[in-house]
Parts: sequence; structure tokens; C-alpha cells
Amino acid sequence: MSTRRASRLRALAAKVRGFLRRPRRDTEFDVEIQEHLQLLAERFVVQGMSREEARAAARRQFGNVTLLQEDRRELRTFLSLEALWRDLRFGVRMLCKNPGFTMVAAVTLALGIGANTALFSVIDGVLLQPLPYPHPEELVAVRHTAPGLNVKDLQSSDSCYFIYREQNRTFQDIGLYRNDSVNITGLAEPERVSALDVTDGVLPILGVRAILGRTFTRADDSPGTAKTVMLSFSFWQRKFGGDRSVIGKTITVEGESRQVIGVLPRDFHFGGRDVAMLLPMQFDRATTFLGDFSYQSVARLKPGVTLAQANADVARMLPIVLKSFPMPVGLSPKTLEDARIGPNLRTLKQEVVGDMAKVLWVLMGGIGLVLLIACANVGNLLLVRAEGRQRELAIRAALGASRGRIAGGLLLESFLLALLGCALGLALAYGALRVLVATAPTALPRTNEIAINGPAVLFTLVLSLFASLLFGCVPAFKYAVAPQLTALRESGRSMSESRHRHRARSALVVSQVALALVLLVSAGLMIRTFRALIHVDPGFVTPSEIQTFRVDIPDTQVKEPERVVRIEEEILHKIEAVPGVSSVSLSMSVPLDGTQTTGPVFEKGRPYSQGALPLHRFRFVAPGFFKTLGTPLVAGRDLTWSDIYNKVPLAIVSERTAREHWHDPASALGKQIRVGPKDDWREIVGVVGDVPKFEGDNIEVIRSAAFFMRASRAGSASLMEDVQKAVWSVDLELPIADMHTLEYYYSKSIARTSFTLAMLGVAGGMALLLGVVGLYGAIAYSVSTRTHEIGIRVALGAESEDVLKMVLRGGFKLAGFGVGIGIVAALVSTRYLANLLYGIKPTDPPTFATVALLLIGVALLASYIPARRAAKVDPMVALRMSS
Amino acid sequence: MDVKKSEVLQGTLDLMILKTLEALGPLHGFGIARRIEQVSRDVLQLNEGTVYTSLLRLQQQGWITAEWGTSENNRKAKFYSITKRGQKQLELETKNWERISGVIGRVLRLEAERES
Repeated sequence: MSTRRASRLRALAAKVRGFLRRPRRDTEFDVEIQEHLQLLAERFVVQGMSREEARAAARRQFGNVTLLQEDRRELRTFLSLEALWRDLRFGVRMLCKNPGFTMVAAVTLALGIGANTALFSVIDGVLLQPLPYPHPEELVAVRHTAPGLNVKDLQSSDSCYFIYREQNRTFQDIGLYRNDSVNITGLAEPERVSALDVTDGVLPILGVRAILGRTFTRADDSPGTAKTVMLSFSFWQRKFGGDRSVIGKTITVEGESRQVIGVLPRDFHFGGRDVAMLLPMQFDRATTFLGDFSYQSVARLKPGVTLAQANADVARMLPIVLKSFPMPVGLSPKTLEDARIGPNLRTLKQEVVGDMAKVLWVLMGGIGLVLLIACANVGNLLLVRAEGRQRELAIRAALGASRGRIAGGLLLESFLLALLGCALGLALAYGALRVLVATAPTALPRTNEIAINGPAVLFTLVLSLFASLLFGCVPAFKYAVAPQLTALRESGRSMSESRHRHRARSALVVSQVALALVLLVSAGLMIRTFRALIHVDPGFVTPSEIQTFRVDIPDTQVKEPERVVRIEEEILHKIEAVPGVSSVSLSMSVPLDGTQTTGPVFEKGRPYSQGALPLHRFRFVAPGFFKTLGTPLVAGRDLTWSDIYNKVPLAIVSERTAREHWHDPASALGKQIRVGPKDDWREIVGVVGDVPKFEGDNIEVIRSAAFFMRASRAGSASLMEDVQKAVWSVDLELPIADMHTLEYYYSKSIARTSFTLAMLGVAGGMALLLGVVGLYGAIAYSVSTRTHEIGIRVALGAESEDVLKMVLRGGFKLAGFGVGIGIVAALVSTRYLANLLYGIKPTDPPTFATVALLLIGVALLASYIPARRAAKVDPMVALRMSS
Repeated sequence: MDVKKSEVLQGTLDLMILKTLEALGPLHGFGIARRIEQVSRDVLQLNEGTVYTSLLRLQQQGWITAEWGTSENNRKAKFYSITKRGQKQLELETKNWERISGVIGRVLRLEAERES
């Protein structure tokens, strides 16, 4: 209705006018009222009352003048705004008056809020923010699946790339890429840098432009054309000092000269690591075979195309791929058919984030619990304080303050407290985030996109508001809403605590114990997982003393395979001579670094049915490999260099493999096996202990070799200098890369678990600390308010032991309740942890029992100290104290 | 205080004051209170102070104006009078009131018939 709206507008306009002119007193109105009252009184006098009676009667008939004035004020101005301002000032004053309480509460909140903000920033940067490319929702990772090989997740292949590029109906474009590392020579000393091989489509698909020069074209990506390279911003700065004339220059990559055609933007990040340069793939369609699924693939969907449509499109094209290219030598077409390769596209974001999403949400849940516990603590503090202010609140209520006003005031104080906590929490989160990003780079994708930004600050504010409502509700509800008439009559704390008064605090204690239990159980499960992971025997001893590095010898640098082996052996001998090195060897890869070759292993003379291929991991190693790692030789002998030069096909198997196939290690010796149907039959000459993998010897030349040495100086710069000298004394053109101790790879392989463990551990520790403090505070305070009652009990003949028992029983009951509720909650919530766990069930009874006992113990301890104090109370003192 | 009841009462008081001013011309607060007391006899118990709240509200809406003057016994008093807009509003409200009270009356009669 427009008239109503108009009238409301007029009232509002009047209010605004009144608000602006607020200080002027309403004197005219006072005159009017006085006049009215006088006229009324005169009338009563005429009716025969005395002056006094008449005045009183007039007042009665007129009604409450103060109330009337308030009504008028409300009509003329914004009363609620004024009240808010008054409450705000009052709240600030109350907080300043009690700085100890304020600090404790604010710091508690800051811990909870800060931890949440930090983790939210991580989740926001890693999971919520779209990838930093234009229209990221169109980007997909083209992956496959091969149920026939029991492989859930398969990358893409060059053969697929050609067909998808030419015959798709759903992609704007598709590209292939692969992580690579290359030797750079000719620029100061030789260097090995990480690189990314790409097809020409990758950069346009991502919407990345060169800041200098150009990106790859189809011509750059075709075989037989001039070799080109794009440099990363940092490599360009580091090697060329940002010189813009770098375009057109040539650099030597893997012994080949390549022309620099462009420089990438500074913020270019792709493939999960920072690369120094991009190289074109230059696939040759004429020599492409089926089945090399070792490339990652990215595609941009046409606008409006769904993932399901793209999957269907790929499924349509896969049979075409199989028909269009020849099989690699030695593989029958049936093998690929049996693999039943299918499409498994996913968004690029899923590909980048991987399974970290689950970990992060679990952590967010844990940290959220910490905030709840912090809220319970602060609620408890407020409750204690409100109890002290009971009389003040009761007087305000008696003087006519409405319940809403009082509750609002209390809530406002809570909100101020939360804001303080929010500010401190943001500072805390800022610090925590720097530590987090610095310590978790291997486990966490997109770390470069993590920051405290707008959404995170907003999240923090909303969180504080939510928290203040949560803990502010407790005292506001209890003291403003519940009837408080008795409070005035009770003189302070003279009365014994009623059951009713107890209830809010008990509920807080119970919920705190329950929440802490859930968190501690989660942290406990992660600790057990971590222990289980550590106890998986990796097959080597004291990894901190094993230094590894890689040397790559590209065929452009050294052509003859024979010479490659000679060079490698020479390097080995040179390193052997380095002081402090007790043994040294090489292999095609470092254990646990993620690159492992898995393939079928056949035994000579044993029938194999199709489809039931015994898969084993294997690795090509050089003599001394096991000695260097500290893996014991169980039977037979190690390889020798003469075996290698004579190209005798030999193999060493693990003890477990030997037992599985031949029942005992000794009988494995002399048996013949091969990896893959085209391999030579290899005679088993040795069996080694506790390496859970099959090991074959070096028959092909390892051009990219991982060197191992056992040395007490492992990890030191001086050792690496010596090693570098040793390598360069053999060949000055060989760079050394990836210098790490084996321990580095080891901790990297359990990085995700240690990250989760560390985070949950921090959350669990905070929960335990806050829980203990809260529990102690609540029980101690409740005992102190019962001093009077305890005094009476003692005066009536209770032994101090009885008092002790009574208080302890109270604490035990609360903790027991909390533990019971917590166990149920934990049983429900630890299911979400299930696939982060290893070697342990989410309902692991020892973990649950330990945590439950721990919490009950803490509760008893928290009760014991105040209980003992209470038991020592002199009854006379206790009774006098409150009279 | 029950919010619903007081709002109805307020609205009614506003209407009564408007009507009083229309019928009797400019009046001061005391006069208005007397007039309402007279008309309502003992049916309505009125805190006379609330008349002033009502008057302020009506003033804010621009339905009445106020002017200082001298009362019949030569005292300074504020005289309120109805404005053009106030008269229109009074007409509207009166019609509204009659319509609603008519409806309510009919409903109540219906209920009564069924019960008898």
C-alpha cells in the first residue's frame, strides 16, 4: 500500500530530523505536561480532594511520564541506534575494566579463529579459487582407464593425441605435455634443469602468451624442423639478466643447439613444478606406435560441452586409435584389446588438486572443532563473569531494562570480544600460513596461489560473528531470559549453588570433552598411520647417510652405449676415492622417488594364462647397489662389472619374490626369468633381503643414472663439491642434478601423511590444551562457588575425604558423559579419515581407549586440585566468608 | 506489553483524536482528553499521557498542526488543529473502520446464530 509506505517515510524523515537535532531538549513538551497535570489536579481539588491527593491522582490518571518521554524520543529519533552506541561504549568499558579476562578470552579465540583462517586460506587457494587461466571451467585433463589391466588411471598417448586432435567433436584444441629435465651446456658450467615438453596446443589452450617473442607453432612442433625452445621468466633473468635480445640466440640443450623463440610470463606455473624451459614434442606421426601411455594431456572443451559428452566423444575415438597405428614390436593386438581402455576425463582442477581435497576438508573439520572448543572455553569464562555481574544485571532488569536490551548488551560484549580475537587471529593466521606454505610444498599443490585475501578476511569476520553468537548465547540466554528475581535477594554467593545454575556449565564441560575426544582420536589415528608407514621396511638402512645425485648422458653427447657404461664406471671409481665414501653404486632411479617400472615377469618353462600376468616392480641396477643401500644378500652373489661388459643377462630377486615363486631363496638361484615377452632370459644369481621389489641387472645402458654413495658426510656441501670434481674429472660436460640424501626422498614419499599428521597433531594439541584449561577452569570455579556449601558439610561432620570424593565424582561424571558422547561422535566422524589411514581401521580400539582414558585422567586431575583445596577449607572461614 | 493490543489501541486513539479535532476545531491536549473521556464514558480506560504520543505521531504525519495560544482561562497552551491531509486521512480511516467493524460484526453474529 502506497499510503502506508508514504506514512512510514514521513515518520522516518521526522526521525532523521530529530536525530540530527538530538541535543535540544523537549522543553515545550514539559510545559505541556505540567499544564495538563495542573489542570487535572485542579479538577480533583474542585471534586473535594486535598492538594496532595489531587496531585497524586492527576499523576495516576496521566500515566508514567518517563515512559511517555521515552516513547516520544523513540518517535522523534533512532532510539535503537542510540542504545547501540551506549551499549557499545559500555561493552568496551567492561572489557577494559577486566584486561586479564579480556586477554585470556581474546587469545583463546584468536587461536581458534587464526587456525581456521589459515586453513581456509589454504582451501580457498587450493580448492575453491578457479585455476589462473581464462575460462578454467573448459579445461580438462584427458586421462584413460584400463579395467582389463586393473589400472584405474592411465595417462594419454601420442597415438591418442593425433586421433583426438584430428577427429574430436567436443574439444576446441588438445595438447600433450610431459615433465622432462635437460642438460644445459655452453652457458658457464653445465647444468641440469627441469623442463616441460609440450605440443604446440598446450600454451594456447591455457591462454598463456609469451611476454617476449612468440609461443610454439605447429611448424615448431613438426619433426625435421629447426629446434626451438621457450625460456621461463626466472631462467631468462638468471642466465641472460633479462636481456631482451635473447630472442633468436641459440643455447645447447642435451647437446643440441636450439633457438630461443620466446620467454614465458613470470607467473607461469603448470604441471605442478617450476620449469626452466619449454621444448616442443615434435612427434613423428609416421613412427608412432600404440600403447605409450606416458604423456599428460590437457584439452579445452568447446563452450557448453559437458564432461560426459567429452567422455563419450573419447570413447567413440578410442577404437579409431587402435585401428590407425601399428602395435609396438612384440605385443599382440589382443593385449591392448584385453586392457579395455576407456575414457576417464576430469577437470584440470581435479587433476591439479588431486587427492589433497579430501585431506584438506578433513583438516578443516578438525580445526573447526578446535574453534568450537575455544568457543566453549570463552563461553565458560563469560558465564563465570556474568555470575559475578548477576546483581548488576538484576538491578538493570528491575529498573525497567527489557530482557532484549540486556541480552543484546551481553551479546554485543561477546561480539566485541570476538572482533578482538578476529584481529589477533588474522595476525596469527598470517604467520601460520607462511610456516605452512614453507613446510608443505611437496604435498600441497598450488601453494603459490595461497594467501590471506578478501574471501579469507570475510570468512574470518563471519566466523567471529558466528563464534560470538555461539559463546555469547550462553550467558545472554541464562541471565537475560531466565527469570532473575531471586538474584537481588541472594546476597552475592551466599546461597548454595542450585542444580539449575550448574547446568549450563556442565553442558559446556561435557561438550568440550566430547569435542576434544573426536580431535584426539583423529590425531591418534594419524599417529598410528604414520608409525605403520615408517615401519614399512623400505629395504635400506640409515637413509640419512646415503647421498644420491643424477647424471644424464644424452646420446647427442656420447654416442656409443659402451662408452656410457665406461664413463659411469669411471665416475663410480672416482667417487669411491672421495674421502668418507664407503661404497657407491648406480641405478636407473632412486627408490621411493615415484618413478618405478612395473611390468610382467615371466619364469622360463612356466605356463601363463592370458590376462593373469604376475606384475612386479623392477629396476635396473649396477654392482654394489645393495651393498650401498645396506640391503643384505640372502643367497647367491652380487653383480660384477664384468657381467655387465660381457652382457650376461642376469637378475637378482627379492627374498619375498623368491619365497613366493620357489619357496626358499636358495632354490631361486639358477632359475631363468625375463621382464616382458621380448626380454632376454636372465639367470637369477642372487637373492637379497627385504626389498619388496624385483631387481633386474643392467643390460640396457642407463643414460639417466642415479648414483648412490654411502658416506658419513652425506648431505654436506663439501661432499658434493668433491663429487662434482670427481664427475668433471671424467667429463667436463656432465652436469649433476637432484643432489639429495635418500632420507629426502623417504620423507617426501610420506609427505602427505606427515603434513596431515602435523596439522591434525597441532589441532589435537590445541584441543587438548584448551580442553584441559577449560575443564580445570570450570571445575575449579564450580568448587570455589561451593565453598560455603562445603563449609556446612564439614561443619556437619563430613570428612575431608568425603568432600574430595564428592568433587572428584562430579568431575568424573562430567568427563564420563563427555567421553561417551565423544566416542559416538568420533565413530561417526572418523569414517571420513578412512582413506587417509594406512594399516589401521578408523575404529581402532586402542586409540579410542587411550584417548578416552587420557581425557578422563585429565578431568580427574583438573578436579583433584580444587577438590583438595576445598577439602582443606576451615568450616568457620567458609561460613563467615559469605555472611 | 502486548504489542498487538497496544497497536490497535494506538490506531484507535489516533482516529478518535482526528475526529475530535474535526468536530470541535482547534483544541489543546487537555481538552482532547476531556472530550474523549466524555464520549467514551467508562468504556475506555485511558492514560492521558498517551494522547500526547498520539498527537506527536499525527503531527509527524502532517495530519494535524500545532500552535501556541491562550486557553479559556488565560494560560499558555498548545492548540492542535486538523489539516486538509488529516481530513482526507480521517475519511479514509473512517471508511476503513466501518468496513472492518461491519465485517467483524457480521462474523460475530454468524457465530452467535450457530451457537444458539
